[in-house]
Amino acid sequence: MLSVAWLIPLLPFIAFWAILFRGRRLPGEGAYVAIGALGLSGLLSLVILGQVIAGATYETSRTWAVMGRYAFEIGYRIDALAAVMLFVVTVVGSLIFIYSIGYMHGDPRYPRYFAYLSLFASSMLTLVLANNFLLLYAGWEGVGLCSYLLIGFWFERPAAARASMKAFLTTRVGDLFMFVGILVLFASVGSMHFGTIFAAVTAHQLTGPLLTLAALLIFGGAVGKSAQVPLHVWLPDAMEGPTPVSALIHAATMVAAGVYLVARTYPLFFGSPDHTALTVVAYIGGITAIMAATIGIVQDDIKRVLAYSTISQLGYMMLGLGVLGYTAGVFHLMTHAFFKALLFLGAGSVIHAMNTNDMKAMGGLARAMPTTFATMLIGSLALAGVPPLAGFWSKDEILLEAFHHDRVLFYLGAVGAFVTAFYVFRMIFYTFSGSLRSQGAHPHESPKVMTVPLTILAAFSVVIGLLGAPWPVVGNLFHRFVHFEAAATVPFDPSFALLSTGIALAGILAASVIYWWKWVPSAMLRRALAPLYSLLVHKYWWDELYAFAVIRPTVWAARQLRTFDTYVIDGAVNAVGLIFVGLARLYRIVDLYVVDGAVNLLGWITQAIGNSLRHIQTGRAENYLLVIALGVIALAVLGVIR
Amino acid sequence: MLSLIIFLPLVGGIFILFTSKGNEALMKGVALGTSLGSTIFLVFLTVLYKIGGGMQFVEQHSWISNLGITYHVGVDGLSLPLIALTALLSVLSVVYSWRIEVRLKEYLFLFLLLETGMLGVFAALDFFLFYIFWEITLVPMYFLIAIWGGPRREYAAIKFFLYTLVGSLAMLLAILLMYFNSDPHTFNMLALTQQQPLAGKPVLAALAFWGFFFAFAIKVPMWPFHTWLPDAHVEAPTAGSVILAGVLLKMGTYGFVRISLPMLPDVFRAYAPAVAVLALLGIVYGALVALAQTDLKKLVAYSSVNHMGYVMLGVAAAAAAFGVPEKAAAAATALNGAVFEMVAHGIVTGALFLIVGVLYDYRAHTRGVNEFGGLGVRLPVYTGITTIAMLASLGLPGLMGFVAEFFIFVGSFGIFPYLTAVAVTGVVFTAAMFLWTLQRIFLGPVNERWAALPDMDTREKVSLVPLAVLMVVFGLFPKPLLDMINAAMAVLVTAVR
Repeated sequence: MLSVAWLIPLLPFIAFWAILFRGRRLPGEGAYVAIGALGLSGLLSLVILGQVIAGATYETSRTWAVMGRYAFEIGYRIDALAAVMLFVVTVVGSLIFIYSIGYMHGDPRYPRYFAYLSLFASSMLTLVLANNFLLLYAGWEGVGLCSYLLIGFWFERPAAARASMKAFLTTRVGDLFMFVGILVLFASVGSMHFGTIFAAVTAHQLTGPLLTLAALLIFGGAVGKSAQVPLHVWLPDAMEGPTPVSALIHAATMVAAGVYLVARTYPLFFGSPDHTALTVVAYIGGITAIMAATIGIVQDDIKRVLAYSTISQLGYMMLGLGVLGYTAGVFHLMTHAFFKALLFLGAGSVIHAMNTNDMKAMGGLARAMPTTFATMLIGSLALAGVPPLAGFWSKDEILLEAFHHDRVLFYLGAVGAFVTAFYVFRMIFYTFSGSLRSQGAHPHESPKVMTVPLTILAAFSVVIGLLGAPWPVVGNLFHRFVHFEAAATVPFDPSFALLSTGIALAGILAASVIYWWKWVPSAMLRRALAPLYSLLVHKYWWDELYAFAVIRPTVWAARQLRTFDTYVIDGAVNAVGLIFVGLARLYRIVDLYVVDGAVNLLGWITQAIGNSLRHIQTGRAENYLLVIALGVIALAVLGVIR
Repeated sequence: MLSLIIFLPLVGGIFILFTSKGNEALMKGVALGTSLGSTIFLVFLTVLYKIGGGMQFVEQHSWISNLGITYHVGVDGLSLPLIALTALLSVLSVVYSWRIEVRLKEYLFLFLLLETGMLGVFAALDFFLFYIFWEITLVPMYFLIAIWGGPRREYAAIKFFLYTLVGSLAMLLAILLMYFNSDPHTFNMLALTQQQPLAGKPVLAALAFWGFFFAFAIKVPMWPFHTWLPDAHVEAPTAGSVILAGVLLKMGTYGFVRISLPMLPDVFRAYAPAVAVLALLGIVYGALVALAQTDLKKLVAYSSVNHMGYVMLGVAAAAAAFGVPEKAAAAATALNGAVFEMVAHGIVTGALFLIVGVLYDYRAHTRGVNEFGGLGVRLPVYTGITTIAMLASLGLPGLMGFVAEFFIFVGSFGIFPYLTAVAVTGVVFTAAMFLWTLQRIFLGPVNERWAALPDMDTREKVSLVPLAVLMVVFGLFPKPLLDMINAAMAVLVTAVR
């Protein structure tokens, strides 16, 4: 099956065109086509995963374009990392596609929604399979486009339109760095193929600051896509899109592409002198993890809580990769995809029932929506890191790696873990406990088509972490499958696991004290910690900073240049034109009065002479006789005198 | 066959002049028939064309023999894609112009004359012939703007005409410089490329280079010679804008690649960094000024300044690398990208001007970007095609613009790394400009003023859908076109070294 893996992205791509053109005439108004295509890709991915576990790898390329000596090839590579990603994208993707049937029911642009989802799946799978930067970049921009289209799916809402543009442009700033990074790599190695580039790194053909620079530029793309500080500002706004989109694109798959990119190009980071590039990755990840988690505490929009949670968890993945925990980072990517998709879909179910995102208007939904509540509780425990659920195993591994690598990073991560447990249970208590705060709402459980995917994802969230558990005899199964040879991993440590469980439980306990038992009213805390609260509520003022430092100067510069163009450059052109027109006028004057004047003067003089002389010509014989007589007399006088 | 392709539109145009005034159907039929006929012959020619076979379908007849002037035409991988682009855009423009009512006969005649002129420029291999075709294109475009244009058409038409004419004069002097220094005296462009008549004469070569430079840089247009472009575009009728942006601008870059690069390589190499800096200014400056525009047509016009900057960056990079064997591959990549960008820009920007026309000509009668809003709900097909064209223009992978920009950047980076790194930032500004435009026109709540606008009709779809299809097809499978271009560029690069 490895040799037909190109079908995996192709099937959803065909579905995209089919739904775009046939739309409502297709079965299920296009939804069944999209699900069928992705489902087939999923089956194929499962078979491939099996083959890869059995030890197979596969790589193939074909020429896309030839330029002089350069041959630009595109191709795909299937190894453990790619197989895991294929599994996550197709399985989580299929469940979200099915869920969407219920969630998007009755939307006027229903078929187009599934068309965009299919295009997204196709681009994402292309990105995962690519064995070179060219194809990866194409998939990378493709998922960015789909993210743009789907965030702005309800484009009649100005907020959605703005958010979609913000998302595309912010990630494109990151992509700019990544593209320059690709250019640097190509200029020094002469190839875009991962294997060739990594071989050049291993052979010390590409070393030193240039390698660090290239790795950091590539990381720029990951910072944009995975919403890491300082390019994280687009992801919370992206929640304007439909909730299944947030689950698929902005939680489980696309935003994890940045983490995947770092994992995929790990030799670049690992090879950079003194692991400088990895240190940057780790610190960006650690700062993001804690910064986003703290903002998550003060959000009242249920989706925004989850959005900040996603940013924070992506930070953990980066942190894991940065502290040489290659397996830990990738493992957290996988577990997070399941429990975060679950949480988003659960939130979608709640929003579907309540018609609002505001948690302050909810409350007591546990009775009305038992399945949603139970599954979301599992997701929240998994996110908080309570054993034996999925999140515990992966997060514990990351913290353990950080602890042995760099204590500062460990403290960032540990505090972040406490805050994570706190904000997610704040969300649970606000939403499901107490009594309903909004008047006139009639919450009800969502249809089967939505709750079944929730249940399946909840089951995954319970068991998938066990793959990374320290089993007797076989050990850590996931680590055996996905690992980076050169990076040694720290073995599982029971006392450390106890510590990380303690952190999670402490967070849950703190949330219970404030939001369940209400021993400490939250309003009092807000007042007591007013400056901190203000900092968090304003999201550390990133948006304001960008508006002040980037957007306004750019628009200002553009306007100034427009004026410059009209008045200076075009003014110069017009001035040249006017000078010639002026010269022409001057020539006309010279011509009229000097050149033509001279001609006229000559004529005038001739005429004047003629005028004066014409008096001689009288035509009378006696006058002529008189002249003749006078002449004769004059001649006679002259003769006498001589 | 090549001459037939070039002159068939002119024959149709002359025939139209002799039809009776009332018979509009016949006039339109002849215009469409001859431009389409020319395209069909071109398809045959492309099928017969052998990739890597050098100059093909060459026709050479003596013309003014005591001056060494011949009628000499031919195509290679550089000119064939541009000829195809010209033929295609001409047919689509004729289709789009179906609803022209004012002075139809003159319009169609001028349009077909323009097509012959453009085809001739790309096919001519004799400098005298090249110059004649070059000037022929000027006259019909002048009248198209001056008669069928917008409110300030006379100003725009005269500015366009005079600006380009000044450039042409500089080119004429440069041509004569080449002619009088060749031995034997010849206008044959292929012979001149081989002879390199100005190789050992740096002063004369520099003079000739700048002569050509002014002609081509004004046509491209390069910064700071670009200000005729927005005026001409804003005032020109839609089909005129399409041809202007799609084809006429390419005459400038074609000149750089066909003439400046192979005939004066040493001077070009010396001045290449300066040219690259001007190109870079065009890229960043064009994108930023476009960002500030509120007139949709001006916005697209400035985006052309930006895109033609990419082309010139590629050409300048290739020029700078001449004679340096280890940079030959990068030079070939940059040059391929530049030529591909010429075609891509022709298709994409041609489509964008048609798109502006669809909205302006028969629907809203305004081009103010800020006056719209929410059209996405009312005009789904139009929105879809506009989105594809704008995404192609901002360089999204899978569409044509990306392929071009990608190769230009990859090639140029090996030669001018810092300049190219700065040029890449243009990509963010272009994205901002087009997305902001999309948002202001199509997204948000429906503006009630436009609630009754109809979606695209058949005529508009016929002229736009082929372009959208080409953007996707060549965006995913650029190889056929790239192979053709690459073969010609390989000849060009080796011919000089």
